[in-house]
Amino acid sequence: MAPGSSTINRKRVVALKKYLLKGNEAIAEAAIKAGCRLFFGYPITPSTEIIEYMAKHLPAVDGSFVQAESEVSAINMCYGAAGAGVRVMTASSSPGMSLMQEGLSYIAANELPVVLVNIVRAGPGLGGLGPSQADYFQATKGGGHGDYRLIVLAPNSVQELVDLTRDAFDLADMHRNPVLLIADGILGQMMEPVVFKELEAPSLPDKTWATTGAEGRPRNIITSYALQNEIGEANCLRWEAKYKNIAATEQRWEQYMIDDADYVVVAYGTTARIAKAAVQQARQEGIKVGLLRPVTLWPFPVKAFAALGGKVKGYLTVELSAGQMIEDVRLAINCAVPVHLCNRQGGMVPSPEEVLARFKEVFPNSVEGGV
Amino acid sequence: MTEKIVISGFGGQGVMFMGKILAYAGMLADKEVSWIPSYGPEMRGGTANCSVTVSNQEINCPVVTKPSIVVAMNTPSQEKFLSTLIPGGLLVVNSSIVKEEANRTDVKVLRIPAQELAADKVGKASLANVVILGAMLAKMDLLSIQDVVLAIKEVVAAKRPEMLAINQQALEVGMSYVKENNL
Repeated sequence: MAPGSSTINRKRVVALKKYLLKGNEAIAEAAIKAGCRLFFGYPITPSTEIIEYMAKHLPAVDGSFVQAESEVSAINMCYGAAGAGVRVMTASSSPGMSLMQEGLSYIAANELPVVLVNIVRAGPGLGGLGPSQADYFQATKGGGHGDYRLIVLAPNSVQELVDLTRDAFDLADMHRNPVLLIADGILGQMMEPVVFKELEAPSLPDKTWATTGAEGRPRNIITSYALQNEIGEANCLRWEAKYKNIAATEQRWEQYMIDDADYVVVAYGTTARIAKAAVQQARQEGIKVGLLRPVTLWPFPVKAFAALGGKVKGYLTVELSAGQMIEDVRLAINCAVPVHLCNRQGGMVPSPEEVLARFKEVFPNSVEGGV
Repeated sequence: MTEKIVISGFGGQGVMFMGKILAYAGMLADKEVSWIPSYGPEMRGGTANCSVTVSNQEINCPVVTKPSIVVAMNTPSQEKFLSTLIPGGLLVVNSSIVKEEANRTDVKVLRIPAQELAADKVGKASLANVVILGAMLAKMDLLSIQDVVLAIKEVVAAKRPEMLAINQQALEVGMSYVKENNL
């Protein structure tokens, strides 16, 4: 279990039959098992299997799938469905996510629990189909207009895609906030064995705000329009308090060989697995290096960095971008020690050997006898 | 022990299927497994490939850059992946269409006339990929032919039970070819 905290706490884990599933299929099945009954989307590689799976399997559980005419339309269908109190999801890949940003801002403003999946491909523009992590800024710093936050979950295996998809729905309902599951194209396309654990449902607030028909009660109005500045500010303060609460309670991360580490590699998603292999190779050479893997990208797990205190001499982030998460690492440690970048872009991924070579290049003192 | 396998060929030669069966067999045998396909433009012409990792330990890096086994179903695949094979690794070649000899002496090479074997000894030329799998299993410690038969039973024969016997036969033809020729 990753350290950090979450308001979602579960007991009674029962391992069931193992399935060999593609990441995208696993997300879709986990969503259906989590009670997702509506899905609106538009196909785009490398996320399309999610939409295919939903189209095929939602009718069997009395759910509905609609292929929208565009991502702009799909996200606004999610807006309406979530407003009616139904568990709803959409999935896309980078260019499609860009089209959804306006609707997403409205969903965040109205505090609606929509679950989104971005199976990230290389950008910018139409880009390529290869794996990428270049949507980190878009995911964690907004993307749409206004001052809002998404809860952003970053799995690194098909099993974690399943587990975090389930958590995404509960977190969205718990906090009345859209949740984004973000994974590079490899995770969407790869197959690994998964189990669907039988877990207790967490205690979640009733959706008293949903537009479910106003008979016998005052009608609920879902709107983000606030022409009076005083009301606008009151709304912003309420959202700010919510985001602070989420930042305090929902940071998740995993750490590996960190206790005696002089240096720490920071990576999420597929690159975290590549980095872990690099850390193991480094350890065999006697280099004291550990791995810190953010599981939540927002809230960024600053507590993990605080816990390391001043004993770490330097950090290396491994990213499939020109360096985006590296900014959050620098903020988390107040630029106290050097933070370097090891990266590949445009759909390419580094090998563990490349990561280790880059590590030795930027931290020559880490190697025994180094200067 | 970990085997990192790259299987590559033309679209239609069943390379994705071979990888999936191997991964499934590994899962049923309680190994750690992962399967990553090439996707996107590579699927639309040229070579298709997938990477399979089968291991007794947790798989840290599912991306295969230095395979221990390469299965080349066509010539471009041998050209593309032979250089990535680790020293002492295993190259399994569909010699029915790959005429070029492998230009490395530090790896084990199995040249299997898979299409002829599938046509003549199994009676179904389209099972060349399964014949190759059988040949590979002859040199692979981590999985047995029984593991793979179980996987075929669940993946293929659940819907098409008549396919089980002929797939098993294709596996055995591939394995026997390696043994009979002391490859």
